[in-house]
Parts: sequence; structure tokens; C-alpha cells
Amino acid sequence: MSELPAFDPTAPLVATGNLQRRLVVSGVVQLLSWIAAGIAVGVLAFVVIEVLVRGLAVLSWSFLTTNAGQFGGGGGIGSAIIGSALIVAFGALIAAPLGVLCAIYLVEFAPRRSPLATVLRTGLDMMQGFPTIVIGLFIFGVVSKKQSGFAASLALAMVMLPLIARTSQEVLLTIPQSLREATDALGIDRWRSILTVILPTALGGIVTGAILAIARAAGETAPLLILDGLFNASHTTIDIFGHGVPNLPLLIWEAAEGGTPAELSRVWGIALVLLGLILIANISARVLLARSRRRMGL
Amino acid sequence: MSLLASIRPRAGARASASFEGSRGDLILRGLCLGAGLLVLVTLAGVLYEIIANASPAISKFGLGFLTHTTWADNRGQFGAAVMIYGTAVTSVLALLIATPLSIGIALYLAMLAPRPVRAVVGPLVEMLAAIPSVVLGFIGIIVFAPFIAKHVEGPLHSILGWTGLFGRAQQTGVSMFTASLILSVMIIPIVASLSRDLFLSVPSELKDGAEALGATRWEVIRGVVIPTTLTGVVSAVMLGLGRALGEALAVALTIGGGTVINADLLQPGNTMAARIAQEITYVVSNLELHSLYYLALILLVIGVATNLTARWIARRYSA
Repeated sequence: MSELPAFDPTAPLVATGNLQRRLVVSGVVQLLSWIAAGIAVGVLAFVVIEVLVRGLAVLSWSFLTTNAGQFGGGGGIGSAIIGSALIVAFGALIAAPLGVLCAIYLVEFAPRRSPLATVLRTGLDMMQGFPTIVIGLFIFGVVSKKQSGFAASLALAMVMLPLIARTSQEVLLTIPQSLREATDALGIDRWRSILTVILPTALGGIVTGAILAIARAAGETAPLLILDGLFNASHTTIDIFGHGVPNLPLLIWEAAEGGTPAELSRVWGIALVLLGLILIANISARVLLARSRRRMGL
Repeated sequence: MSLLASIRPRAGARASASFEGSRGDLILRGLCLGAGLLVLVTLAGVLYEIIANASPAISKFGLGFLTHTTWADNRGQFGAAVMIYGTAVTSVLALLIATPLSIGIALYLAMLAPRPVRAVVGPLVEMLAAIPSVVLGFIGIIVFAPFIAKHVEGPLHSILGWTGLFGRAQQTGVSMFTASLILSVMIIPIVASLSRDLFLSVPSELKDGAEALGATRWEVIRGVVIPTTLTGVVSAVMLGLGRALGEALAVALTIGGGTVINADLLQPGNTMAARIAQEITYVVSNLELHSLYYLALILLVIGVATNLTARWIARRYSA
């Protein structure tokens, strides 16, 4: 039988044996999760820098304002910027009121445990889970297989609606109950209290949600491919009801599918414009959210 | 806006009140109800429209569509087996890559990172989800694919070639493997931010208790954090899966449009969503269009099932 080592009170406090092994395991795991976070940030940085560097080379004022050349050769993306803005704006005009109304119904009106509210909640979840290309095919059938910018707006509205409804619901749920009780105590009708007290309080959060949804829809390409694929990029089209409208995502898609090297360098410029707009929208939405949270004292 | 809430919807916070109120109440309530009903009608419309357009293909090919591997208009024969296989392989591979990374990121953000770092890195990871898929696909085909062809495929083949999953390197780099990598970039922000919110929701008494008993960081994670949040993480992963299944363009650009079932991940393949994106602008016959709708129907059913299962798991086992 071996002797126990004599206890030495002056020995430095270092982990030995089993504890050391456990600490090593723990350290390795922490290192791995640090690396994982690094990879994610690295990928984002890589994409942004790549697009920035290659995009800035072609970006210029005339690139943003002139239209593409007559036969697809070079030129700017003015018509596509206008077209994309129109499509997304019309989509948002459809989705935002519907989404907010759905949220108001679910939070303010629906009786607790109402089956309709459960169905609607599940339905919104389902809509959010639809592959966007399926949404495109659905609208394609609805508009009897005729392409137009407005058809694309409808599809984008279906992408945005569940997102807006969800964030609006969350915001409405964070509004203090005391506010509703106060308006009730004053004898104010429910509709008045919603329109003049609850919605204005929730506005910051709702707008944030809408901006995030719009940013998401602006980059959506799959439904546009089906609904708004035929257009003449050398020509500014404002009539979104009758024609295909030039748009940014599809210019990227078309060039990526089989573009000449000159086309490809243009695409970096388009990607920069699109990514830039989307990231700016995202960042400003976050700033807005932080500010409205502070104002609500949350 | 808490991302946690997006997989744990709360019931209405307000007890129902009576609405014997004014005309204004009736009007606003009617408008809200109308919006809700419109959403439900649209959902029914989606199912109807997709089935109606797919029905000629359904009645011609029946369930054989699922197992047939040919997609040839000139022979009037369409089958989805290659695409179903490709969808399954790329989604699963993307999940295999994305899940450990996402959990690592979430653990870092929830437990390890100092507060200022967390405030910066968290939003950056979420912003990864904002990159449009077509931009990601474009970078995938222009930058990633050549890089993978030159530097990754060779080593993969020599190290893992014996599994049969990684064959000889090919020139272009567009393959099921590349598509899975791109997909995992799209899934990571979803799974990571949902998991981070879940990890943050673990009561600190539990974590502190474990630490007071002498547990190391890893033992706290393995013994307390993961077990209490496991079902939530599973449902987050399934939401990511739903995203991967339905992604069309990024995959269409990087998967290479293969037409045979191939165990070799470094060969081109195809997925259902990608096939629709590639073919829709070149549809020549009505039968092909109907077959594309049939593909969309399969995609819709799988996608909705995944999504609802994810939310069901989250709802059932949380609370």
C-alpha cells in the first residue's frame, strides 16, 4: 500500500488529475464554440467585403441612373431599381395593413381559446413556412399564368404578411395591460382605444417589423422568376399591372445563369446595391427597435 | 423583438371582453376578422391552386412520379426521384454542418461572450439571414465553387474517399456538397439565434447551482443547459430544415443540375425547388408545367409538415 502524499500547504493551487481533465474538456468546448462564432462572422464579413470590393469597381452615378443597353449589353440599372421599388412597395401596401389587422384581431379581439384564433395562428405559421417558389407558382395560377409586376407584388405580400403579423403581435403583447384598463376606465370605446392609444404606442415596433419584412422581400427572387421574368431592362416600366417590370434580383439571377464576364462584373454592382439596401434597412430597424424599447421603458 | 417568441407563440394576453359596444367597435372588429379570414382563404387557395394545376400530372403518373428518375419532355415522361433524393441529401448534409456550428455560436453568445461582444456578434449572426439567397448563390458559383474545386475536393477525396461519398474531384465545383455548404450558411442564423434565446432563458439559479457544486462550464452546459432546452433546439433545427428544403435559387445555381441519383456528393444533383426554378422559364409543354406543380405539391406537403412539427414540438414540450 502506497503512502498518501504528504499534504503540503504551500503547494500552488493548480488543478490535477481528474479536475485537470475536466477543465481541459471544458476549455476545448469553449474554444470550439468561439471558433464557431468566428466562422459565422467570418462568412458574413467575407460576403460583405467581397461584394463591396467587386461592386464598388462598377458602381457609379450613371450605373444607378441609366438603363441597360438595348441588347442586354452593359449599361446601368436605373429601370431595375425603380421596378424593384415599385414591386416591393405595392407588396408592402397590401401586406402591412392585413398583417397588422390580423395581429390586432389575435391580440385585442379574439376571445381566449377561440378556435378561429388558433387556426389563424397556425395558418400564419404555415404561410411563413411556405417555400417561396411555391408561393410563386400559386400566384402564377391565380393570375392565370400571365406575368406582371403586380403578380410579383402579390407574391411578395404573401412573404411579408406572416412576418409583419408575427412581429406586430409580439409588440402588441408587450403593451402594458394597465394602458388598456385605463382607457376602459375612461369609458372609451375599444376601437378608439386601439387606434389612438394602443397602436401609437406600438408603432415603433410595428414599423421595425415591417422594415425587416420589406428587407426580406426585397431580396426574394424565386417568385419573381415565375411571375416577373420577362422584361425589357433597357426601358423604364411603371405600369406594373400590365407588364413585367425590370427588377434587381432577376438581373443577378440571369447573369449568374449564363452571363458573359462583362455581365458578371456588372452583377457585383447590382449585388452591392441590393445587399447594401437590405443591410441598411436591417441596421436601421434594429436602431429603431432599441429606441422604441427605451421609450416604452422595457 | 424576441426570436424566442417566434417558436413559442403566446396565447392572447387579454381576457375577452364583451363587445356590445359601438358601431366603431363592430367595424374595426369586422375589418380585423376579415383580414384573418382572407389569410385563411388564401391558404386554402394555395392548396387548391397547386393541386388543381398538378392534377393532370397526378392522374398521368400517379405515385410512380415519386420513384421515376427520368425528366424528359421529348418522351413525355417526368419523375421526381432524382430531385427528392437531392433535396433529402442536401438538406440533411446542410443540417449536419449547420447544427453543431449553430449550437456552438449560441453557446458562445449565451454563456461565454462578454456583454459588449455579445451585443455586436449576435446581430451580425442574425444579419447573415438577411443576405438574399440569389446573392449567396451568385457568390457560391463565382467564388465558393472554384475554391472548393481547387482546394477542398481533393483532400476530401483522399481522406474520405473510401466512404464512397466523396469521389474524384471535378473541375467546376458545382455539386451537392457545395449546395449543402451554401444552405448551411442560410440555416445557421436561424438555428443559432433561436438556440441562443433558448439558452438565455435557462434560469440562472440552475446554472449557478451547478457551478456551486463544482461543475465546469462544459458540465453546466451538458448537465443543465442542453437538457432543459433540448426540445426547443430540436424544433429550431427543424425550422432550419424547412428553410433548406424550400430554398430554390441558391441551390439551383450551385448544385449543377444533375439528372441521375449519385451517392458521390461531389457530383451535381438537383432538388425539387431548384428544378422548378431552372425549368419554369423554359417550360415547353403543358404536361411539364403540371409536373412542376406536382413537384411543388410534394414540396409544399413536406415543407408544411416540417414547419408544423417544429412548432408542435416547441409548444408541446415547452411551458
